[in-house]
Amino acid sequence: MNLKYTCAMTREEIIKPENKVYTRPRLLNRNTMHYCPGCSHGVVHKLVAEVLDELGLDDKAVGVAPVGCAVFAYNYLDIDWVEAAHGRAPAVATAISRLRPDRVAFTYQGDGDLAAIGSAETIHACTRGENIVIIMINNGIYGMTGGQMSPCTLEGAKTATTPYGRRTDLNGFPLRVADVVALLDGTCFVTRQAVHTTGAVRKAKAALKKAFKNAIEKKGTSFVEVVSTCNSGWKMSPAKSNKWMEENMFAHYPLGDLKNTVEPEKK
Amino acid sequence: MAQIHGAVTIESERCKGCDLCVVACPCSVLALQPKEVNDRGYHFAYPVNEQACIGCAACAMVCPDACIEVYRVVEK
Repeated sequence: MNLKYTCAMTREEIIKPENKVYTRPRLLNRNTMHYCPGCSHGVVHKLVAEVLDELGLDDKAVGVAPVGCAVFAYNYLDIDWVEAAHGRAPAVATAISRLRPDRVAFTYQGDGDLAAIGSAETIHACTRGENIVIIMINNGIYGMTGGQMSPCTLEGAKTATTPYGRRTDLNGFPLRVADVVALLDGTCFVTRQAVHTTGAVRKAKAALKKAFKNAIEKKGTSFVEVVSTCNSGWKMSPAKSNKWMEENMFAHYPLGDLKNTVEPEKK
Repeated sequence: MAQIHGAVTIESERCKGCDLCVVACPCSVLALQPKEVNDRGYHFAYPVNEQACIGCAACAMVCPDACIEVYRVVEK
């Protein structure tokens, strides 16, 4: 028996620059995020930073920040940003991509911003087939203003404005935005992802990469919905809200690609 | 058989103690500080069982505040 295997390496021997396998993305700057502990926004910010860096878009990408929790996204990613009025991010991104075709415009919006006040802008940007990427964070709640009901709030979910649970006879049904935009001819890639486990994070990163590639190649609108948690709004711990999301959100918002006209499924 | 050694470094001042890395770790390496807190008042994560780390980076991938760095050595 070889004795070498039985002696463990010390921490100092392992922690060396050449052994590094995962580090903070280069495009994510040092500001501490204002998000609550365990918020999915942080993970998606990290993935966007990694993808933009890998595609060499750090001088070309222009982000459009929404109104909502991600309103300060421009403080965290070291790229160009524009702050749009509430819900109007796809309209601003349209202007950027038309006036500066050499740039890659993307919006980063929550469900309250994109699905409620900005539903018209979203649907029309997707119908026109603008060469932009729309990233939607769907946590089924208005997180920043204190946990009110959003269009994507699940049936029966208790929020500040639906204290006895969302009733479909009074408040209507939760809106599946990705399914709506998948029906539109302008979109080339529509997917729904999550970032609650390592595997889901890897898949979400691959989806974001595809979406940004489509925008570079001017294939049409790419729409990436990320089903995520709002543990403060849902009033649960981060780990528990991930579990709640798996059990309840995924039943109404199933994960996977809804449309991909760029790479049709191989049979 | 190759032996894998891993190690993580956690920026404890950035950590918000959300517990997601502790749940994600397949080898139960991480834990939250039971009593100690950082400057922001969060019980930050720390490697409690360092020898078990395989450097899979699962903790770093799910960390929303990107405060974990992962190192891995494969000993042949």
